[in-house]
Amino acid sequence: MAVKTYIEAIREGMDEEMARDPSVFLIGEDVGQRGGVFLASDGLYKKYGEDRVIDSPLAESCIVGVAIGAAVNGMRPIAEIQFADFIAPAMNQIIEEAARFCYRTAGDFNLPMVIRAPWGGGVHGALYHSQSIEATFSHIPGLKVVAPGTPADAKGLLKAAVRDPDPVLFLEHKRAYRLVKGEVPDGDGVVPIGKAEIKREGKDLSLIAYGLMLTYCLEVAEKLAADGVSAEVLDLRTIKPIDQAAILATAKKTGKVLVVHEDNRFAGIAAEVSAIIMENAFDALDAPVMRLTGPDVPAMPFNHVLEDAFMPNAEKILAKAKELAAY
Amino acid sequence: MASVKMPQLGESITEGTISKWLKQPGDQVKKYEGLVEVITDKVNAEIPAPLAGVLKEIKVKEGTTVTVGTEIAVIEESVAAAPTPTIPRERGREPQPVAQESAPAVAAPMPGEALGGGSTESRTRLSPAVRALIEEHHITDAELGRIQGSGVGGRISKKDIEDFVGRRAQPVAANGEQRQAVAEAPAVPGAETTVPLTPMRRAIASNMLKSKQTIPHAWTVAEVDMTNVVRFRQQVKDSFKQREGVDLTFVPIIVKAVVEGLKAVPVLNASWSDDGVVLHKDINIGVAVSVEDGLIVPVVHQADRMSIAGLAKSIDDLARRARATKLTIPDVQAATFTVNNPGTFGTILSYSIIAPPQAGILAMDAIVKRPVVLDGDAIAIRSMMNLCLSFDHRVLDGVSAARFLQGVRRWLEGFSEQVPLY
Repeated sequence: MAVKTYIEAIREGMDEEMARDPSVFLIGEDVGQRGGVFLASDGLYKKYGEDRVIDSPLAESCIVGVAIGAAVNGMRPIAEIQFADFIAPAMNQIIEEAARFCYRTAGDFNLPMVIRAPWGGGVHGALYHSQSIEATFSHIPGLKVVAPGTPADAKGLLKAAVRDPDPVLFLEHKRAYRLVKGEVPDGDGVVPIGKAEIKREGKDLSLIAYGLMLTYCLEVAEKLAADGVSAEVLDLRTIKPIDQAAILATAKKTGKVLVVHEDNRFAGIAAEVSAIIMENAFDALDAPVMRLTGPDVPAMPFNHVLEDAFMPNAEKILAKAKELAAY
Repeated sequence: MASVKMPQLGESITEGTISKWLKQPGDQVKKYEGLVEVITDKVNAEIPAPLAGVLKEIKVKEGTTVTVGTEIAVIEESVAAAPTPTIPRERGREPQPVAQESAPAVAAPMPGEALGGGSTESRTRLSPAVRALIEEHHITDAELGRIQGSGVGGRISKKDIEDFVGRRAQPVAANGEQRQAVAEAPAVPGAETTVPLTPMRRAIASNMLKSKQTIPHAWTVAEVDMTNVVRFRQQVKDSFKQREGVDLTFVPIIVKAVVEGLKAVPVLNASWSDDGVVLHKDINIGVAVSVEDGLIVPVVHQADRMSIAGLAKSIDDLARRARATKLTIPDVQAATFTVNNPGTFGTILSYSIIAPPQAGILAMDAIVKRPVVLDGDAIAIRSMMNLCLSFDHRVLDGVSAARFLQGVRRWLEGFSEQVPLY
């Protein structure tokens, strides 16, 4: 065990998978000689060479399209979209081709590929470097969407994504890259896709989150404890397939649930989690399921005051959690 | 209709007793006019009417104690005092604001009523989790009525039910009546009487219990030669009384000495908290006064800014008002240290209990004449007094406590005509 940053864990995960399996390769903008804009693949070009760490043109449809073609032919590509905001040009490849490939071929072909995308805001990234895309892609059957919140989960889930037979959209919160540190187990440490995890036990209310919001929720749980409120924190880790059993278990245990995400509110992940609880755990509820999310505005603004107004943070989560506790 | 609730008459006060209704149902009341007298464990207060109108209903009888926030009366708001939308309509000439168009249906609700109405609705709206628990534990409607909702607007939450079930499960028989019967059965029938607990008795009981349960008390005594003070007081007490109209007792002199002691050892003028020892800037001295059915401790605020004469007047005033039950809330709050005078009843060693959140209490014991060995081995008859200090050992140690007592003792023993009274 050693304490590592979120981005170190991801780099290590890619390195170990590339060392383990020669069919794994990396493709994306500046991922090679430059080591990626965030230095996620720093050193891998030197170690594995230009055949396995490929600098692509500035064309996301090409990055994903190449990955699809390689995957069909038995390779295990890791395609990097430099910022999740840039994924739009590749949507046709992802939705129309990658997500449906297995279904279209009646299971004759799988697409074992990973699309890595740094997402989320709070980094003064403004309109083109801050957005959340999980709700958009979670709506598409055939795609898996993963959003780890800790270094150990980031490494473990990345390994699981590389080894998965189907396309996985792997979301790395860019504010978490160097902010979030944690113990990463030695060895393989694969974390199964589709399994949420209780990151803190509690009995009075449940906070459900993923990605960067997990860090904030844990902070809030600590503050609530000082007020005598015992909060359970459930880290979804995988958004799709979502871990219904874990969501229902915590909802039934506490009867009060607050779902937190940074993505827009309308038709967001919180709405889905809320519906799952209403449909299956209504009799256990002691309060309406509450949501704390980013607002429904076109994008995260650059103006720092407005950016803060957009981003959920520990203070806002705490206020909402207190409202729920008092209900 | 607006409901009048038992107000919070001080930070630590949780209940009040209705002592006298100043208005009867049907009476007209003006806004801020005295409506009811309330006794709490600290003070008596007259509660003014929150609005003008007619007292419709008294909900709590005289002599009954209820918790803060309980509805005690209902006032029907008078038409003249707060114009309902019908009046401008009758006048006709005045142009009506658009917003009032819909007002007649609402019938001008008062804030109090809006709250009250909401709470009734919230109480009866049970969440699925609460309903499931009610069924599981066979909770009757009567039992449900007794549960105090802790949620928004008095909503009964899942936790409230769980707590109730926990309490109910405590006696094996699970039967409230049986429990009561056991508790009330006297050992020898007819040989005992139970004196009902006054709010003051309850407050003293809970404060003393809390103090002994949370504060590790330490105790120390200093013997003080009061001869100089006694002589001085003998000389000036008549002229002082004539001039000032109050007696010059030993209490203001001791309080002055205590203030000097606290200035020298500020850590005793402090409170324990988990974040650290809170040192108080002001020196506010509580002076225990025994009253008819208990004890009350009014406070001389900023005693460090007063002369002995000023302290004498202030303490006299507080003691008088305490016995006449005319103290106000600020009179009994924010003491940082307490002085107690059991010596007037002849005690020689007193182990007082600290009043939280203070860090100490000093008892003045009886001044008695005793043979004392003086410097130079002469034996003389001196007026001696024990000063007994109880202190919170979390806040300070014996050394500081002893330094404080030594300071007080030296100040008193060094007393002479040169010490200014004013």
